[in-house]
Amino acid sequence: MERLRWAVRSWQLTAGMWTRSAMAYRASFALMLGANILITSLDFVVVVLMFQHTDRLGGWSLPELGLLYGTSAFALGTADLFVGSVDGLGERIRAGTLDVMLIRPAPALSQACAERFSLRRLGRPTQALVVLIWAASAVRVDWSWDKLLLLAALLVSGTVIFCALFIGGATLQFWWGEAKELQNSFTYGGATLLHYPPTIFAKDLVAGVTFGLPLAFVNWLPLLHILGKPDPLGLPAALQFASPLAAAASVLVAGLLWRAGLRAYRGAGN
Amino acid sequence: MTSSARLYLAIARGSFRRYSTYRAATLAGVFTNTVFGAILAYTFLALWRARPGLGGYDTAQAVTYIWVSQSLLITVAVWGGGFQDDVQERFRTGDIAVDLYRPVDFLGWWLAADLGRAAFHLLARGLVPITFGVLLFHARLPHSVLTWPVFLLSVLLAVLVSFALRYLVSLTGFWLHDSDGVRAVMLVVSMFLSGMLLPLGLFPDGLREAAQALPWAALIQVPTDIFLERDSASAALGALGFQLLWAVLLLAAGRAAQLLATRKVVVQGG
Repeated sequence: MERLRWAVRSWQLTAGMWTRSAMAYRASFALMLGANILITSLDFVVVVLMFQHTDRLGGWSLPELGLLYGTSAFALGTADLFVGSVDGLGERIRAGTLDVMLIRPAPALSQACAERFSLRRLGRPTQALVVLIWAASAVRVDWSWDKLLLLAALLVSGTVIFCALFIGGATLQFWWGEAKELQNSFTYGGATLLHYPPTIFAKDLVAGVTFGLPLAFVNWLPLLHILGKPDPLGLPAALQFASPLAAAASVLVAGLLWRAGLRAYRGAGN
Repeated sequence: MTSSARLYLAIARGSFRRYSTYRAATLAGVFTNTVFGAILAYTFLALWRARPGLGGYDTAQAVTYIWVSQSLLITVAVWGGGFQDDVQERFRTGDIAVDLYRPVDFLGWWLAADLGRAAFHLLARGLVPITFGVLLFHARLPHSVLTWPVFLLSVLLAVLVSFALRYLVSLTGFWLHDSDGVRAVMLVVSMFLSGMLLPLGLFPDGLREAAQALPWAALIQVPTDIFLERDSASAALGALGFQLLWAVLLLAAGRAAQLLATRKVVVQGG
């Protein structure tokens, strides 16, 4: 417990340092944040343009898709804000700067996650939240307390699952230094997949995403319950409440991968 | 062969070889393009199932649209990058002043390098995704053999237009010292108006006509439509002319901006 608190504290210190340095150029920061919100809005603009030509996609309406989009983009964006920098691992291994992190009296993972921390990454979660609030008010759902609680739980679990994917994906770079972009397939690719209803994808793909990478727990499964839609895979209904468990399992796997990676790491020799 | 032609060929060949060194990164990138292609192909299938024949594309053409655009994404650098990163780095270090006084033309040097890069990416990151798409998604290959060389010519023109746009963005560095902001804005515009996210024909009236007349349409929309054999032979010629016109105009603008920039450097004393 003490070690966890120290890990979080190290993350805060490193992130705080990078924030102070970014705030030295306020105008540049504002411009980049604005551009970030615009860039991340593009994929929802595409969804809206698609709905100019149809009122259902895979049997789902636009506000229902908005819920999928909002939850997925929020979870991805928040995870990217917290730990997204970890994808620079391969570069650090090549340049030998990982060695510097290892000899500092703070966990290397905390440092790697907070290095180059940038508040401009707030763009995606902010924009996602706007879509989410609109979708939640436009969709035909009686928002009872249990459904709101489930929504809150899925946002937190989803963020944790994406954090685990970022870290787990980055550890591949311990063995394969140039594999940075591979991780994008799981994280950004996964989030794009979850913008759309599971009904439009092949069953094997949906099953793979549910059990291989626990992506479906980010939003598909809990939202099926909230919207009262049938599960295209016919999975047990209990899984629709299992997101926190899936999140805990992903963190465990990512942690083990990170340890294995560090053990395999030989150092740059400086 | 004149000596300057031999020089540019050597630059292009060197650039090709430079990008081919990063084998693992290329493999990871190919994987990512294929994953995104598959996800987006399913969303297009869902849209065309709801609205068959939308925008004048049959379902096979719509799915192929995704695969061709994924195969071209890196080749025509819709996200920016390529030589742009090198130029930006040279602004940061101040080496840019040296570049302008080299006995080689500044624009010609970077154009040759970018053509080498594009040739490598067309082979490496174009062939696999499109093959995957054809094998698994009932994609539509050109019926006429003649379409292939016309398509390749169109891709070459697309790279020229893309280069000219990125060149202009890079040159803003002479005035702004940091072209990151302009780059971010350019990314939004070029993702949206190139037809990378959605065929331009599906845009609402007004926006559609504007997008089809702007240079970004030359990047993805025009070569992809040629691949899909959407137009008659004479209309395809017109499309090539559209690309050529923008390439010439933008390269001339780049040349003019370069002259202004050079004078500015001289005024400052280099």
